[in-house]
Amino acid sequence: MFSLESFVDLPLIWYGLIATAVFLYVLLDGFDLGVGILFPFAPSDSCRNRMMNSIAPFWDGNETWLVLGGGGLFAAFPLAYAILMPALYMPVILMLLGLIFRGVAFEFRFKASGRSRKLWDYSFHFGSLAATFMQGMMLGAFVQGVKVQGRSFAGGAFDWLNAYSVMVGMALVFGYALLGATWLIMKTDGITQDWARKCAGYVLGYVALFLGIVSISMPMMNADVKALWFSLPNFFYLLPIPLSTLVMFVMIWQGLHKGREYLPFFLSIGVFIAGYLGLGISLWPWLVPFKVSFRQAAAVPESQSLLLIGTAVMLPLILGYAAYCYYVFRGKSSDESLY
Amino acid sequence: MIETFDPVLLARIQFAFTVSFHIIFPAFTIGLASWLAVLEWRWLKTGNTVYEEVYRMWVKIFAVTFGMGVVSGVVMSFQFGTNWSVFSDRTGNVLGPLLGYEVLTAFFLEASFLGVMLFGWNRVSPKMHFAATIIVALGTLISAFWILSANSWMQTPQGYRTDADGLLYPTDWMQIIFNPSFPYRFLHMVTASYLTTAFVVGGIGAYYLWRNRHVAHARLMLGMAMIMAIFVAPFQAVMGDLHGLNTLKHQPAKVAAMEGIWETEKGAPLKLFGWPDQEEEKTKYAIEIPKLSSLILTHDLNGEVKGLKEWPKEDRPTVAWVFWSFRVMVGIGVLMIITGIFAAILYLRQQLFNKPWFQFWCMAMTPVGFIAVLAGWFVTEIGRQPYIVYGVMRTAETVSPVMGSQVALSLLAFVFCYVFVFGAGSYYILRLIGKGPDTEENAYGTHGVKAPPLMTGLASEKGGKHV
Repeated sequence: MFSLESFVDLPLIWYGLIATAVFLYVLLDGFDLGVGILFPFAPSDSCRNRMMNSIAPFWDGNETWLVLGGGGLFAAFPLAYAILMPALYMPVILMLLGLIFRGVAFEFRFKASGRSRKLWDYSFHFGSLAATFMQGMMLGAFVQGVKVQGRSFAGGAFDWLNAYSVMVGMALVFGYALLGATWLIMKTDGITQDWARKCAGYVLGYVALFLGIVSISMPMMNADVKALWFSLPNFFYLLPIPLSTLVMFVMIWQGLHKGREYLPFFLSIGVFIAGYLGLGISLWPWLVPFKVSFRQAAAVPESQSLLLIGTAVMLPLILGYAAYCYYVFRGKSSDESLY
Repeated sequence: MIETFDPVLLARIQFAFTVSFHIIFPAFTIGLASWLAVLEWRWLKTGNTVYEEVYRMWVKIFAVTFGMGVVSGVVMSFQFGTNWSVFSDRTGNVLGPLLGYEVLTAFFLEASFLGVMLFGWNRVSPKMHFAATIIVALGTLISAFWILSANSWMQTPQGYRTDADGLLYPTDWMQIIFNPSFPYRFLHMVTASYLTTAFVVGGIGAYYLWRNRHVAHARLMLGMAMIMAIFVAPFQAVMGDLHGLNTLKHQPAKVAAMEGIWETEKGAPLKLFGWPDQEEEKTKYAIEIPKLSSLILTHDLNGEVKGLKEWPKEDRPTVAWVFWSFRVMVGIGVLMIITGIFAAILYLRQQLFNKPWFQFWCMAMTPVGFIAVLAGWFVTEIGRQPYIVYGVMRTAETVSPVMGSQVALSLLAFVFCYVFVFGAGSYYILRLIGKGPDTEENAYGTHGVKAPPLMTGLASEKGGKHV
């Protein structure tokens, strides 16, 4: 049995990898879930075709990051997976059902017509909305901590449900809508783009509001988080995160008004990076917040080593051919069926 | 009353329901992907557009099936945690990397190149498109490799050690990945997928022939399907036999249940049919062929076959399910071989494509592959109960600490949603079949489906007036 334990800090590397996989999922599925959230509000059916086509070649690959996040957590930190999944039982199941309804709509919608097409339009919208809202609720429940006894979840069936998690759920809906709208600005033109730009403008305000609430409430709910952010000299080290976020919001606003096509999308990604970074710093080093650290939850070095070798080989390849796909389907999307 | 829900039973039903629904799609797409690769290869090689038109028709069916496979598969990757968290915690060190490798080596590959395969016609060269098809086909096989390795390890675990808390640790990866039942299960399942696909394709081809539609395409479909029936169906029987012998060596209780044998005996008869009674510990109303069971299992007329009474009652699987699922699977296998024999005779008489009775026969055989795959999985999964990791960990002790009522609700939601969503999917697939291959010239020049009436307003936007 080989182990890379003596060469590298395995749990730390895996913590970084899983965090990255989850973040890539949030970004990539974020924009296509966001397109689903905005879907029924588009001005015409041909706009909707265009929106759908702009993400049809990518959604499957994007969702695979979720499987990697889940599967990777199981592989690298089985204890965290075994505690968090039962704790978030209902939102996880509802998210999965939402993802089913939106996922099949890609294929079904172009094969249906008239009223049944409307049905799949709504299935796409409400599926995306439900999946996003549940992901947000899970995040809200996660940051509030989980009851643990021994190696198991010890809380109740509705621990995840409270006003705070509902608020984070709504925040994520607006967050993904921002990614979706700015993606559409980049991938469409004409009336679809004009409409997407208007949407992005509205949504941006809500994203700023919710991000503000979450940022302020996190340190208020937890003394450790407060001490981390508001003690000297930490305060000054961490100040660039909120400041750069603020600058990015202003720049997105300007970009939208100057008719920039790419800038709003990439700066929205920047806002997500800043938010995720802030969250990561606040929750360090917990994998099950305030109960199990990433070191406690780690699989044995032999298991983490085996998967690390595969990851080191495969991850660059995966990123390579994912990039190839985005390259193949570059440019503005059309409103005709893609087959 | 809500407290009376048994969480273990409900979690088992939920897993069985979701995984049974899921396996239907991969069983179809594994075979379909490989077949599409062959079609595209023949097309590029010969320039015969019939291959292309058949490809274009089936790739749409592939897309719908694959989409349903993806979304029902995402569910599976979370169910280990939501419903079997104790199992996840205890076996994570061993099984985690295997599932991790499946995602890394297969899922991303399939997902990324599927986009090129479906939508890339005018964006990449024909060679690159062909490469994408091959990569997707390869991805389905790699995925099968890892998931069957993980499943086989749960059936025949080795290469691990256990600590005092019941946690498992890996000691030898090669032993874990290439555990004793894995090669058999892998070949048996991949072959089953190929046959399942072949009989679907053959059945549809027969249907077109019977209706006298798309005759050139139909002959291609039926012809290629029958090549599989003639050569691969008998191979599957040999594989199945070897898999059975492997099971006898490692999981004899499962084989005893498959055979409905309760008493250990020499020269055991083969019970063709009967009703295994778990309480009375015997198989009632059995129709038997003397000594055949011993002959099949030990290759000796008087070989000793272990009966279920060798194991305490609480260590036995539910015999009737295993016994009958096994007969369904084997029965369908025999029907497939008979189809191959008919096809070979008709082909030699040059009548393969013009016998209506054979067309009806093939139409009737269309869905049997799916039934056989499900029945086979029922045999192996119910047959290894009451263990989740055979001989090591019992199913009942690995369930999540969630309430039965929660599982009951989620099960209800799954049943409702799956029936609705996948029912609609089947409907669209049937419509695609009804439509048949599109042979109008250049129908796919820029896009496949003709613009639906709702999209008449698009010309103005395309003209760029609104830019």
